[in-house]
Amino acid sequence: MSDLTKLTLKAAIDGLKAKTFSSTELTNAFIGAIETANPALNAYVETTFDKARAQAAASDAKLAKGEGGALEGAPLGIKDLYCTAGVRTTACSGILENFVPTYESTVTQNLWDQGAVMLGKLNMDEFAMGSSNETSKWGNVVNPWKSRGSNAELTPGGSSGGSAAAVAADLCLAATASDTGGSIRQPAAFTGTVGIKPTYGRCSRYGMVAFASSLDQAGPITKTVEDAAIMLQAMCSHDVKDSTSLDLAIPDFSSFIGKSVKGLRIGIPDEYRLDGIPAEIDALWEQGIAWLKDAGAEIVRISLPHTKYALPCYYIIAPAEASSNLARYDGMRFGHRAEGVTSLTDTYELSRSEGFGKEVKRRIMIGTYVLSAGFYDAYYVKALKVRRRIAEDFTKAFQACDVILTPATPSAAFELGDQAKAADPVQMYLNDVFTVTTNLAGLPGLSVPAGLDSQGLPLGLQVIGKALDEGTVLNIASVLERAAGFSAKPSKWW
Amino acid sequence: MAIDVATVKKVASLSRLRKSDERLQSLAGELNGILGWIEQLNEVDVSGVEPMTTAIEMPQPMREDVVTDGDKVREIVANAPKTVDGFFIVPKVVE
Repeated sequence: MSDLTKLTLKAAIDGLKAKTFSSTELTNAFIGAIETANPALNAYVETTFDKARAQAAASDAKLAKGEGGALEGAPLGIKDLYCTAGVRTTACSGILENFVPTYESTVTQNLWDQGAVMLGKLNMDEFAMGSSNETSKWGNVVNPWKSRGSNAELTPGGSSGGSAAAVAADLCLAATASDTGGSIRQPAAFTGTVGIKPTYGRCSRYGMVAFASSLDQAGPITKTVEDAAIMLQAMCSHDVKDSTSLDLAIPDFSSFIGKSVKGLRIGIPDEYRLDGIPAEIDALWEQGIAWLKDAGAEIVRISLPHTKYALPCYYIIAPAEASSNLARYDGMRFGHRAEGVTSLTDTYELSRSEGFGKEVKRRIMIGTYVLSAGFYDAYYVKALKVRRRIAEDFTKAFQACDVILTPATPSAAFELGDQAKAADPVQMYLNDVFTVTTNLAGLPGLSVPAGLDSQGLPLGLQVIGKALDEGTVLNIASVLERAAGFSAKPSKWW
Repeated sequence: MAIDVATVKKVASLSRLRKSDERLQSLAGELNGILGWIEQLNEVDVSGVEPMTTAIEMPQPMREDVVTDGDKVREIVANAPKTVDGFFIVPKVVE
């Protein structure tokens, strides 16, 4: 038997149904791969192998009878942001160091209901705040990719760095991730994987550790666009436990894969041509445009005039919501409580100061400041108005086009411990320059690997769709994927 | 509007975060850097624009006003730092 861990999710599901191999065999192959790789990559922060073996055995019993759900027997990795009943969930924060949820997030419950197998919990930036995975309480993930001729360790991106690295290194068939400003798409681009953030409200946020509730959205990281369609299908649902969950029919996402794109209008936004972006990123974008033109799509120049204000707008709204959401961590009902102090205020302050990491504290401070008396209108309300301007840009642009094509990130994966980015938070924030607009507007966005740079590192293209039109996004991405013929894998050094 | 150390101290207190004097200094620099970058939003004309609070407009969902859950004392206190007989034990609030 060839290495089962290298299969796509689709091929694995088909193989399980055809009884070419069992879920137990598949699951054991992944357990072996994780045991070998994780000391080097640090993608998993918690493994649940006993649970995985039990789930696999149950799936095998169902598959033997020709029964089972859409993901029956498929081993997945779960970002540590999703509450999993009886399995420690920390959001990679010290303040949740010992938190064991007594309930299951809706997204993960949907996956288990479809027969998926849980291998463990995946590393991430603390509370999903970061673009390099370096803010994790449990240490950074290492990107399985390396620059040609260099041994330097690279970031897998963030915040879903564990999800992206695990998929790229064949440590699960697919992974859940989450995206508040680019946290699915940037790590996907950095690791040669596919990541989709659906329309806000497609996936329930119930049981996802909250960062910025009006921006947070679940989505998968996978090996192929078709796998992304399969995972997204299983993750999406209307949920009465999340009042922002959309009560709308969910289309058959897989039916859009490989459809003709003839006559579809592809918007190319002028404002995404930034100064100082590597020529290779621009060249890849041009290549993407050429591929879609060859496939019969029509290329349209569009304008999204408020693009440059999206990141500063985000860095008011997201910290404001975070400061409010993270107020719940007070050391009283759950989470870390400081020892050796007696007064209530001391307990609050020390529990939070000990439990939260540096970047999280910085964002709580910014959020508290922009919401404080005297600054609320000047910062927070202003940002909410600019947010509407950004959303209106897209509404106008989508009168002239069906989807938008942009680069996914302003660079390939960078080195861990990047001093410039560590010294200046704004430099790190700029990673999300191409992705953050869709969170503010609530639109679906997908990153698909489309080529390698001169160092041999993957680069991604981003497809942005109209609200609720994940189907066309997946369609365009599948055409780009086929045209790019991207089949590169990191060479195994771990 | 530059932030001074006294303001950082006040924001830290509002945030229920304790900071060393040294860290207050460096935070003032960091926050000024970030807020200075954010100032560019002042270039945007937002006259007549309504604040956007939700990505997808939809009516607030209503539910039946009935009890759907409960009797979960054990689960609720399961992660508490200190409990006795299903109660949270917290620091003394009233002297």
